[in-house]
Amino acid sequence: MANKLIVSLSPHVHSGDSVQKNMYGVILALVPALLVSLCVFGMGAAIVMATSVAACVLFEWAITKYILKREKCTVCDGSAILTGLLLAFNLPSNLPLWIIIIGALVAIGVGKMTFGGLGCNPFNPALVGRIFLLISFPVQMTTWPVPGQLTSYVDAETMATPLSIMSRAIKSGDSTILNELPSSLDMFLGQSAGCLGEVSALALLLGLAWMLYKKIITWHIPVSILATVFVLGGIMHLANPVYANPVDQLLTGGLMLGAIYMATDYVTSPMNHKGQLIYGVCIGVLTIVIRSFGAYPEGMSFAIFIMNAFTPLINTYCKPKRFGEVAK
Amino acid sequence: MKTFRIGGVHPAENKLSAGKPIVTAELPKQAVFPLSQHIGAPAVPCVAKGDMVKVGTKIADAGGFVSAPIFSSVSGKVNKIDSIVDASGYRKPAIFIDVIGDEWEESIDRSETLVKECDLEPKAIVEKIKNAGVVGMGGACFPCHVKLTPPPGAVPTCVIVNAVECEPYLTADHQLMLEHAEEILVGVTLVMKAVNVNKGYIGIENNKPDAIKLMTEKAAQYPNIEVVPLKVKYPQGGEKQLIDAVIGRQVPAPPALPVSVGAILQNVGTMYAIYQAVQKNMPLFQRVVTVTGKSLANPQNFMARMGTPMSQLIDACGGLPEDTGKVIGGGPMMGKALMNTEVPICKGSSGVLIMNMTEAKRAEADPCIRCAKCVSACPMGLEPFLLATCSAKGDWERVEKEDITSCIECGSCQFTCPSHRPMLDMIRLGKSTVMGIIRSRSVKK
Repeated sequence: MANKLIVSLSPHVHSGDSVQKNMYGVILALVPALLVSLCVFGMGAAIVMATSVAACVLFEWAITKYILKREKCTVCDGSAILTGLLLAFNLPSNLPLWIIIIGALVAIGVGKMTFGGLGCNPFNPALVGRIFLLISFPVQMTTWPVPGQLTSYVDAETMATPLSIMSRAIKSGDSTILNELPSSLDMFLGQSAGCLGEVSALALLLGLAWMLYKKIITWHIPVSILATVFVLGGIMHLANPVYANPVDQLLTGGLMLGAIYMATDYVTSPMNHKGQLIYGVCIGVLTIVIRSFGAYPEGMSFAIFIMNAFTPLINTYCKPKRFGEVAK
Repeated sequence: MKTFRIGGVHPAENKLSAGKPIVTAELPKQAVFPLSQHIGAPAVPCVAKGDMVKVGTKIADAGGFVSAPIFSSVSGKVNKIDSIVDASGYRKPAIFIDVIGDEWEESIDRSETLVKECDLEPKAIVEKIKNAGVVGMGGACFPCHVKLTPPPGAVPTCVIVNAVECEPYLTADHQLMLEHAEEILVGVTLVMKAVNVNKGYIGIENNKPDAIKLMTEKAAQYPNIEVVPLKVKYPQGGEKQLIDAVIGRQVPAPPALPVSVGAILQNVGTMYAIYQAVQKNMPLFQRVVTVTGKSLANPQNFMARMGTPMSQLIDACGGLPEDTGKVIGGGPMMGKALMNTEVPICKGSSGVLIMNMTEAKRAEADPCIRCAKCVSACPMGLEPFLLATCSAKGDWERVEKEDITSCIECGSCQFTCPSHRPMLDMIRLGKSTVMGIIRSRSVKK
């Protein structure tokens, strides 16, 4: 025989799925929200997103090449772009450039590469970046521009977000403050103040539908978070009207963005459906608890961050149901 | 539509040879019969160099209870008893027979007439199957009579025929059903009689509507046999998966057998072989083989005599293509890559698949991104990523605790992995090591 045969173990075929396909699939799912943020915040959104993505990609490339000294460059797999985009989505559109770059360095450098790069990080890198910035630059991170100022960047006029209105109502115990909230429809479509990617629930849900259709993620995490927030928020609202109604709880702040894109991060979420449901429910509970009783108006990022830390524990104690296993 | 409950994947079907009639393959010049073509003890030769044999002459006796005799598929002269590299990649003892003419044993009924009636006692049926060397023809090659002799205490309640053919590319079982439906049904009645049950199911995936239609029509004369169409999903042909799909019961972890939930499973090809053995006195010496591949000029289904070198069948399909990268004995999900094409057709050879260079190469592995797709895909409810990682690190205690011995090696995890990780390679290492540890533990006791 002229040519030699390859001998390897089965399976001899592959589904054709790849890391790139999944990463770019999520990025594609973020496009509706990206377009909405451009329409609502204009130039500011464009600058923040471009800076964040460029900085993340650059830091990943530089760290891989000069610090880890790996030959294979992992920038092309799309994960750095995704981290950059998600970080930008979690920032106000009037944030100065240098703060964004620090955020990107913390996200990629501390959040991801210190642990060994893709697949090894215990916490969602974009979330590490956001929380670092939130704690380090509380003023800049919590002044949000009024929607519709398409040509302004750091000079944009600012306003209170729905979440800070909700927080004020709880602290003063006066439920009439909640009347200042924008209508649910405005919040659903994106006509309210907030971080640049989180304003439109509709756009984020479109992305969710796409990811479910492409089987990039399963329904377990987002649905369990949203359902928990709705139910627990509803109970709180019925018990005391100073807590906003559950629909507004769902539509405000980073809840949708977190539930659909941040909590579902492959690397930092549990590995089986049972564990994912536990994880989702806990995130929902923590979010409502932080929003209602915590110092910060928004609890989503902290809730996900805390549950990321519990993921290895969930993986250890929560096993998929084995074939033929008899229920105990 | 019914299917199994946990996991599963959907590989591209690529049934290139579907609908191609079964062609009788030409006789080889020399036929080679490896002595272990089945699970269990190797057969023991009962011929010597220089002996003359006919088609259907026994050339090796069963080497124990879990073993099967081997029959010559050709007439001619025993050239030597030597060794050959078989489909497993190991060099194993084999009988070489030079073909002279085509003279059959007189006891074999070569007519095409269908014989439905059988007056034999159940025990006599099993004995006849045993003496004809019939083994499971789906690929595992478990001696058939062992399955038909349930251990004491186990009570079979139904016979399930595996006509799923969930492996991509293969069409041998499909075509066999289209051409020999009646014989298969008689085979089912024989097995039902042998294990004394009155319910038979034939599980067929619904990517074979013509076979489902034909079998349902023909099965109408047999009130106790039901054709069960199944939703297409790999690995539905796995015996545990098929039992779950058809009767909704899950066989517990090893060492439990399918009969513990009342099921006796046989492949559709085995049913045909049983019919031939019991009603026609024809021992197992030929089978249907699919020879296929995207680069192959003319993929076909053959009725080939055992011992025929695969290269001869490949030549009959237009020859080995220039760009061949891999030749696989069996299907692409569980088949074995062959060292060369001189490997003879054996009792378990369901197909020969030729892959071109681009298909044959494995992609480079990326780091695990913990996407959990392997966990969702595993039909046994295991965590392949964990088993692979712990096996690679040699943590045998942990993988045993994580039920690695339940792995059926279907390859769904590796098939689905976006990072192209060679998980099953590692899991096989872990599984075989753990099995060895378990065996040595029971020896010490």
